[in-house]
Amino acid sequence: MRYGMVIDTNKCVGCADCVVACQTENNVPIGYSRDWIMEFVEGDFPKLSLHFETQRCNHCDDTPCVRTCPTGASHVAEGGIVKVTHNECIGCGACIEACPYDARYFHPDGYVDKCTFCDHRLEDGLDPACVSVCPTECMHFGDLDDPGSDVSKLLKERDNYTIIPEAGTKPQIFYLK
Amino acid sequence: MEKLLATDRHIHGLYPHVDIWGFPISAYLFLGGLAAGILIFAAIYYLLGKEKEMPFTVKIGPLFALPIIMLGLFLLIFDLHHKLFVWQLFMTARAESPMSWGAWTLVIVSIFSVLWPLSFVDSIDEYLIKRGWSKMTRVTEAIIKFEHKWIIPHFIIMFFRKYRKFFAIVLLIYSIILGIYTGILLSAFNAHPLWNNPILGPLFLTSGVSTGSAFVMWLSDNHKERLLMSAIDMSLIAIELFFIVHMFMGMEAGAEAYKHAADLFLGGEFTAIFWGVFVGLGLILPFTLEALELRGFHIPTALPALLILAGGLLFRILMVSAGQISEYPMMP
Ligand code: SF4
Ligand code: SF4
Repeated sequence: MRYGMVIDTNKCVGCADCVVACQTENNVPIGYSRDWIMEFVEGDFPKLSLHFETQRCNHCDDTPCVRTCPTGASHVAEGGIVKVTHNECIGCGACIEACPYDARYFHPDGYVDKCTFCDHRLEDGLDPACVSVCPTECMHFGDLDDPGSDVSKLLKERDNYTIIPEAGTKPQIFYLK
Repeated sequence: MEKLLATDRHIHGLYPHVDIWGFPISAYLFLGGLAAGILIFAAIYYLLGKEKEMPFTVKIGPLFALPIIMLGLFLLIFDLHHKLFVWQLFMTARAESPMSWGAWTLVIVSIFSVLWPLSFVDSIDEYLIKRGWSKMTRVTEAIIKFEHKWIIPHFIIMFFRKYRKFFAIVLLIYSIILGIYTGILLSAFNAHPLWNNPILGPLFLTSGVSTGSAFVMWLSDNHKERLLMSAIDMSLIAIELFFIVHMFMGMEAGAEAYKHAADLFLGGEFTAIFWGVFVGLGLILPFTLEALELRGFHIPTALPALLILAGGLLFRILMVSAGQISEYPMMP
């Protein structure tokens, strides 16, 4: 079992529904967010092109955040989900420094918080909140180890990329070109 | 191509770049390096049998190591966001995490920085009387009385005295680890190209040892000892400069992200303060003053010493803050 996400950047319109859905689902404190939208503008006026990426923790295969955590609060849970045990976290910030994607932040209560792939929803057989709510259905979630899953098929059919591959973290969120 | 954040995250310390480590962490790294430097000299000169010629280096300097480390640990804990859980740091030891093994190294070095001066308590007492620091002799005399009264502390101190050579070797090794750790703590973070550099370990160690020699120069009352430290410090400064130039040349030869990181110091916002203040006033000026002093000019030793100490702290502040600005470009 290896959870992953495949996101079709051609469909994404940057509506940020995924961001709001996550904030509501996970009680993310106001002013914070576990996912966000990046907008890339290319070309010269009037020939401009716009490209959106919805980003969150990449639940990397090679996790610098887990490696540098001094207490073991940051860990890899079942299915490759990278999680933080709140009452083991001392709030040193090492994992925040270690993540090339700025996917982690200090919760106002002191511990570090981040995307969990909505593992509480996965237990009930549901998709993560961001995936479920997307109006353009640009996000796909599933088991990358299963060749018959949606995500595996899409990766086989379409050209794709990951963010900052040169950081060597082996992200498990893929973007379709 | 232009990159924008369409949904503003407003998260303090994350945007436009990670900025969660500030003065406390920089000062922690500085104090760790300083304590390491002081103890390295103490162990080396003890092992060389120079305990009589270099009384300050071997016996008195290490007295300051414990308060320096404690202040550093205090700053580290002060900087934690989930302070009440700090004990979790000492529930595991994780070799992969510099923050973890560094904390344990500090614990070991702290124990040594108590035992080392204790084993010299008689001669420290003499030294303090000679120097007229009579307030402090009250402490040493109380310790001596205590030691003579109770069998267990007496036994521990005698044991330490007997095997001091062995303990000096252990102290030397752990102090070097501590000095290197202050650099590795940063170089462990791949995500920041400026820090992702194996030279930071030796560079921070050299700088830490240099601040250690400056500390001895500043406070020792022995002229020969001060001159020797001056001479050693000059070579340390030369090595440091070599590492710094080497570091930037390596980054300039690397990928785009590394060039950007180096550019912060080569034309970017940190250029003036790094080369003008740190390299100019914190390395080259004290180097020149030390050279003049060795030639017989009268220079108050405190001057180069304090410049080096201030430069060491500034260097860490700059590396910590510039490192957090340096990131991989995020482009599709
Ligand atoms: S995206 Fe960042 S926080 Fe998530 S697993 Fe990768 S390195 Fe860790
Ligand atoms: S902030 Fe918490 S989760 Fe992150 S490295 Fe420190 S202890 Fe681990």
